[in-house]
Amino acid sequence: MQFRLERRAEPSRLMLYAAPVAAVLLTMVLGAVIFSLMGYNGVGAVIEIFTRPITNPLKWQDLGIKAAPLIIIGVGLAIAYRANVWNIGAEGQYVAGAMAGTAVALLTMGMEGPWILPAMIVAGVLGGMLWGAIPALLKTQLDVNEILTSLMLNYAIIQLLGYLLRGPWRDPMGFSFPQTPLFTASQSLPYLWRGTIMHWGVPIALVVALLAWFVMSRSVFGFQVKVVGSAPNAARYGGFSAKRTIWLALLVSGGLAGLAGILEAAGPFRQLVPGFNTGYGFTAIIVAFLGRLNPLGAIAAGLVLAITYVGGEIAQTTIGLPSAATGIFQALMLFLLLAGDIFVRYRLKAVAPRPAGEAA
Amino acid sequence: MTMLPRRTILKGGIALAAMPALSGIALGQEKLKVGFAYLAVPGDYGWTYAHDQGANDLIKALGDKIEVTKVENVGESGPNVERVLRELAQQGNKLIFATTFGHMEAAVKVSAEFPDVIFEHCTGFKTAPNLGTYNARFYEGRAVIGTIAGHMSKAGVGGYLASFPIPEVVMGIDAFCLAARKVNPNFTLKVIWLNTWFDPAKEADAARALLDQGVDVITQHTDSPAPVQVCEERGAICFGQASDMASFGPNACLTSIVDNWGPHYIRATQAVLDGTWVSAQPWEGLKEGVVLVTPYNAKVPAEVAAAADAVKQGQIDGSLHIFTGPIKDKDGNEMVAAGQTPDDGFLLGLQTYVEGVQA
Amino acid sequence: MSPDLAVAIVVAIVGVSTPILLAALGELVVEKAGVLNLGVEGMMLMGAVIGFAMAASTGNPWLGVLAAAVAAALGALIFGFLTLSLSANQVATGLALTIFGTGFSALAGKAFLGKTIPVFGAVFPPELAQHPFGRVFFGYSPIVYFSLFMVVAVWWFLTRTRAGLILRAVGENDASAHSIGYSVVGVRYGAVAFGGAMAGVAGAYFSMVGTPMWAENLTAGRGWIALALVVFAAWRPYRLLAGAYLFGAVMTLELHAKAAGGWFSVVPPEAWAALPYLATIFVLVAISMRRSGSTSAPACLGKPFLPTA
Repeated sequence: MQFRLERRAEPSRLMLYAAPVAAVLLTMVLGAVIFSLMGYNGVGAVIEIFTRPITNPLKWQDLGIKAAPLIIIGVGLAIAYRANVWNIGAEGQYVAGAMAGTAVALLTMGMEGPWILPAMIVAGVLGGMLWGAIPALLKTQLDVNEILTSLMLNYAIIQLLGYLLRGPWRDPMGFSFPQTPLFTASQSLPYLWRGTIMHWGVPIALVVALLAWFVMSRSVFGFQVKVVGSAPNAARYGGFSAKRTIWLALLVSGGLAGLAGILEAAGPFRQLVPGFNTGYGFTAIIVAFLGRLNPLGAIAAGLVLAITYVGGEIAQTTIGLPSAATGIFQALMLFLLLAGDIFVRYRLKAVAPRPAGEAA
Repeated sequence: MTMLPRRTILKGGIALAAMPALSGIALGQEKLKVGFAYLAVPGDYGWTYAHDQGANDLIKALGDKIEVTKVENVGESGPNVERVLRELAQQGNKLIFATTFGHMEAAVKVSAEFPDVIFEHCTGFKTAPNLGTYNARFYEGRAVIGTIAGHMSKAGVGGYLASFPIPEVVMGIDAFCLAARKVNPNFTLKVIWLNTWFDPAKEADAARALLDQGVDVITQHTDSPAPVQVCEERGAICFGQASDMASFGPNACLTSIVDNWGPHYIRATQAVLDGTWVSAQPWEGLKEGVVLVTPYNAKVPAEVAAAADAVKQGQIDGSLHIFTGPIKDKDGNEMVAAGQTPDDGFLLGLQTYVEGVQA
Repeated sequence: MSPDLAVAIVVAIVGVSTPILLAALGELVVEKAGVLNLGVEGMMLMGAVIGFAMAASTGNPWLGVLAAAVAAALGALIFGFLTLSLSANQVATGLALTIFGTGFSALAGKAFLGKTIPVFGAVFPPELAQHPFGRVFFGYSPIVYFSLFMVVAVWWFLTRTRAGLILRAVGENDASAHSIGYSVVGVRYGAVAFGGAMAGVAGAYFSMVGTPMWAENLTAGRGWIALALVVFAAWRPYRLLAGAYLFGAVMTLELHAKAAGGWFSVVPPEAWAALPYLATIFVLVAISMRRSGSTSAPACLGKPFLPTA
């Protein structure tokens, strides 16, 4: 018996949803084997990383606040990638959003009022959109590859952040540590319930994902994005503007990354520090893919990634697994998912060895 | 990725009202669980390595009474730090060390959530009844190596690889330069700010640039041993930082300033075991053995070693404080009047360079 | 400026530029074949750790460099298998490779932390490098000469050989290349493996020449600068050489200016750090405004090849 790949007439919906589940499961199996071979407690590592965060209710809040920014950014990227616009500048747009919101916070340091936090959030979204608008402008006006420009802009804005924190934005009372003052109560994201660490970013992430799902599946905009992304020629006949879609894709994904940035700055951080960007913008690319470029899928994928982070830390404290293991698990998961995607478009077909003499 | 500022403290040694220390520990029945949150990985051979050595000393000393958990790569700040500290508390650790300045806000927050867990935060300035701080007088070590540099620099020009212009780093630069100028009044110090704690390639390139510019002795306030390797290759002299870096430059590295956290970790843990721990802000140095100067390289002539030892001894017995005036700043204005010794608050907010520093 | 200092600065620039040049040369060939591999940083780290490990355990730096190239090429082949054989998305796979390489190198390097090896230094007899001007030419590690040789070799390959022509055709129009009968996937596999090997040697330069030791995240983001450089050089080997030395000169002179004091050090260091990326964007803009075919991005860059037949 031999196998060969045969192209499917229609992409398999079953495989589309089975692939990520299979990827996660296979990651656990392969991860256990690899880490056992390396002399660690491989099975223990998988149990600690993938199940402890779920079975221990104390960790649910951690999962929520870790997943929230990943989900928000991942939803935006999913929309952009659906439109075939490859924004890999979410990291920079996240920082831009946080910086724009922080600028409002620094201007309103002495003030109070319920309008301050919303103003910061609006500024954050605009900041992210602005940073996303640069690749959009270059792409639509000059046909400059957005992958390259959005990637380069990440590193540029991180340097700008470093400069501002070292110079003009430095906390005057902070003994020259390069960081902003702590935000005031009016500038901070409140907790959902007193005594928890769950902040408003978590429900906002869910609302963003649901709204995006609704827009993508039920609105003309969503239809347009998908058509432009998957069948640009048909889109042109249909009167959909490719340029407008590029603008929308980058503004939406940039704006959402900016939203995540200011929520993170006004929530868990309550200030900007040089290490503010921790790679959420890149991890969210995994989230978008693992979530099948579907906003609801991004919720699940964001949670899975959050589990690997939180679980990775648990595994360090309980069985002494090195921190680098988390990255290996995440990379493995993405590799397997991307590999498994082949079955969406192809099926594995068993072919009996051809009897001799039969015509081909 | 930029690494963040850390390590500093504000007010030295103010013990908060002693509170009855933890009732939660049933002595003799269960091992005390002690947790460590590390900025990076022990493999940096710098800051985190030194804390890890301290943790290992603690295990050696009290291993039969305690159980130690270490978490690497916690990072400098933000929700990750908070989560790790909380995780350690939830895992039953009753004494938790947060080992870098950036962990301060997280330590404040999480210590409030777990009033029966004791937290100690390295180089910070915020405290609570169950949150203390600890720091080391690294500048005392800088005075010792500055003395050696003043004697051994033929060019009379030293190089200093600096990370971020925070008081702790400025303090080290000033102490080094002051000590060197006591030996050689014409000594000058070129400072390169790298805006990073750890980037081996950049640190090495900066060391090369300093050597090319006529510097013949280098010291660093960044974490990697790369500059020591460069000095070894180029035949220059240098000093190790945070841990003993002699193995990276057997000829070049004249001595290292070691952050020796072991004694503090053992004392603090013992106090928790005994139920005598109180929230305090110790700022200890050569005298208490929290700052160590490793044995001098054979290249250091006997009279230079004697001069360095005198500086070391003077700081241990209190007869010498490197910041005792007269001190002028780099523009020639008076910084500290003759005969005056500034208090710790002055040092912990230090932002001016002394005469001879070119930064 | 004294001649000695001038020579020292030139030597320093060469040291800073070489690893970026190597990694970028590899990526240039990959991109010319129409593939965008964002895993450069991860492959460099794999090369750095394996090169160091091999050199430290065998005492033979040449074996170290070879092992670095092989290890990173194997990493690249993971990327190749997913993107070429399974048509996976190149951006996502490349990022996954960087995450993987970072984690892999951290784990694999644990046993080598704190160890040192002799610098894989000057290959010519020291007498040749004694005179300052001799030093400019004869004072380097073999990897430096290798990088310069590879600039010529890559240029010659791409512009003067049939194989190079095919590779460019595959990058410009994969469907036509396929229909003429060339193996698009085969050519791209070769390019991706070559790109990995070059990134591996670049990583080995860090752990064996620049700072002969292993530390986590040793390359500290230089892989992204290499990616920028390929674009900055408009996908041309000689411009790549010039660009690498320009980037290297900026990074080196910044440090020298700080050491010397003076006006140059007034510019915030962040501005210098951001310069390679901003310059790259400007170059991209300039290219598209001029629109001369030979300097623009390979037409198939980053797009999966799905043979319809």
